[in-house]
Amino acid sequence: MVETVFEPWSDPNADPLISFKNVTKFFGDFVAIDDLTLDIFEREFFALLGPSGCGKTTMMRMLAGFENPTSGSMSLSGHDIAGIPPNKRAVNMMFQSYALFPHLSVWENIAFGLRRDGVAKDVLHTRVEEMLKLTRLEKFGRRKPHQISGGQRQRVALARSLAKAPKLLLLDEPLGALDKKLRQETQFELMDIQEQTGTTFVIVTHDQEEAMTVASRVAVMDEGRIIQVATPEKIYEGPNSVYVADFIGDVNILTGPVKAVGADTYLLDFDGMEPMTAASDRTFAEGATAHLAIRPEKIGIHVERPEGPNSVQGKVLDIAYLGNLSTYHVQLPNGQIIKAQTANTRRVSRRAFTWEDPVWVSWSATAGVLLDR
Amino acid sequence: MPYLWLLTLFLIPFVIVFKIALSDAALAIPPYMPTMKDGLSAMLSQLDFENFVFLTEDDLYWKAYLSSLKIAFISTVLTLLLGYPIAYAMARAPHEWRATLMMLIILPFWTSFLIRVYAWVGILSTEGLLNRFLFWIGAISEPLMILNTSTAVYIGIVYTYIPFMILPIYAALERLDASLIEAAEDLGCSRVKAFWLITIPLSKGGIIAGCFLVFIPALGEFVIPSLLGGSGTLMIGKVLFEEFFSNRDWPVASAVAVILLIILIIPIILFQRNEQRQQEAEG
Repeated sequence: MVETVFEPWSDPNADPLISFKNVTKFFGDFVAIDDLTLDIFEREFFALLGPSGCGKTTMMRMLAGFENPTSGSMSLSGHDIAGIPPNKRAVNMMFQSYALFPHLSVWENIAFGLRRDGVAKDVLHTRVEEMLKLTRLEKFGRRKPHQISGGQRQRVALARSLAKAPKLLLLDEPLGALDKKLRQETQFELMDIQEQTGTTFVIVTHDQEEAMTVASRVAVMDEGRIIQVATPEKIYEGPNSVYVADFIGDVNILTGPVKAVGADTYLLDFDGMEPMTAASDRTFAEGATAHLAIRPEKIGIHVERPEGPNSVQGKVLDIAYLGNLSTYHVQLPNGQIIKAQTANTRRVSRRAFTWEDPVWVSWSATAGVLLDR
Repeated sequence: MPYLWLLTLFLIPFVIVFKIALSDAALAIPPYMPTMKDGLSAMLSQLDFENFVFLTEDDLYWKAYLSSLKIAFISTVLTLLLGYPIAYAMARAPHEWRATLMMLIILPFWTSFLIRVYAWVGILSTEGLLNRFLFWIGAISEPLMILNTSTAVYIGIVYTYIPFMILPIYAALERLDASLIEAAEDLGCSRVKAFWLITIPLSKGGIIAGCFLVFIPALGEFVIPSLLGGSGTLMIGKVLFEEFFSNRDWPVASAVAVILLIILIIPIILFQRNEQRQQEAEG
């Protein structure tokens, strides 16, 4: 049986649900969104990721209708939505503060949007009960928001924003107020609900782990621009810039001039050390400066010099024991610190090295990504 | 501890006033009898409800009570209609402006209340500022008779008590999370609808507090009707003053005051209960 992979973004004939075209947004002199073009497809779980002030919240507020672009066009299922007020859009939003109406019960909060549409009483009743069931809140319908826990409030907010069956659901830092354990559970719950309802979700978050967990695609933003849009895996393994590599997870960056040796292989001259071999799809001119980005878990750490390319000697500066993993900070002769990670797959084992020990770190030619910026 | 305060500041004075209400007027100092000088048992035996009966016989009194209730009610509604938009605008103003606006609301209290009410005489009289201004712009050819009418009393009460309406409403509106309004709009409300369904219910506590803070003092108001209302406006505060100082009939005046207090206690209890419910809801 051939399972079709869900990736409408690589199908040139697919029509996007949301389409930003050269959207720019100014607040006074401040450029919040800078000439942004982006397509989001139906049934996607799309994450906007970036540090605070990168424009991700502005983008979400434009989708909800609370802000209008200064220039450029925005469309939802092919219709231009610029200037349409929030109450006339088939878009609902789950607010970061949840924004539950404190004077209404959980039941009435969920029914609020349906009542505004003048839905028939029995339909409304069924729909609200359905939402309560979906979010496992059946017992709490009659409580007021201040009488339930933070996690339950989060689910009420979700139920309320889903009740009208919007084409697009916006989630503004939906899990920001929950503690870590509950947040991880809720991430999976969100994914289940997204799959069950088939709604397109756009989530705004500054938590890269959260974005990677829930999203089908992640857009990394900085200063009003999208730096890279790709699946979590591509973003992690194939970042297009030092910024993205550094923002998502841990990374070692080695910078120096490169020269080509054979097809798609370059030698990076790093501070007079033995040149590093790196495979690359990108082409670099002779002597151009390049950045080699390598994830710590792709770097091996050894007592003896290993076979193969890219071995550097250094000494152990720090060891961080994380339980499942150990991270070693190894200082190279030129002072640069390389982070190498090993999985602690055995419960009882003697650590081969300790502080100040001379060690060899090594990685394969394909372990890193060679970047031009 | 709070009961001690209540006892000394409220209950003891009330008992004294109530005792005077049960006494008879007399040409003496103090102008009523019996007093403690007659001995406690003799004093108690001479007390009766005569003055309260008298209040029901002369229609001046219940007309004054009714008229006061009406004036207090209408001025409370007017104050609310005028005060709510001001409080709303203040709560919506940029942060750095709010303290200044608050200051402007409180500023009139720095001048004596009496002087401010007198100033209205100068504004509203037939040769006053308002008439001269309207005359000058050609809006009127005959001076408007505002002073010594109930309109002047309403203007005076609304002017005097509007800060007491604005402040609690402002406090409620300022606490209101702006994202609630956005959420309501997001779920299909127009701006106006969101205001009715979210803003008004969530500022209800402030509205009720403001209404009581205006209604209660307005009901017993004396200075405003006597300075601005002339002889045509009947209010219980004025009646009370005349009984005390013109008639020197302390027992009847005390009876009037006791009835006024009883009328006021009803809204005060309602107010208390509202506050309590508010606290429970927020708890």
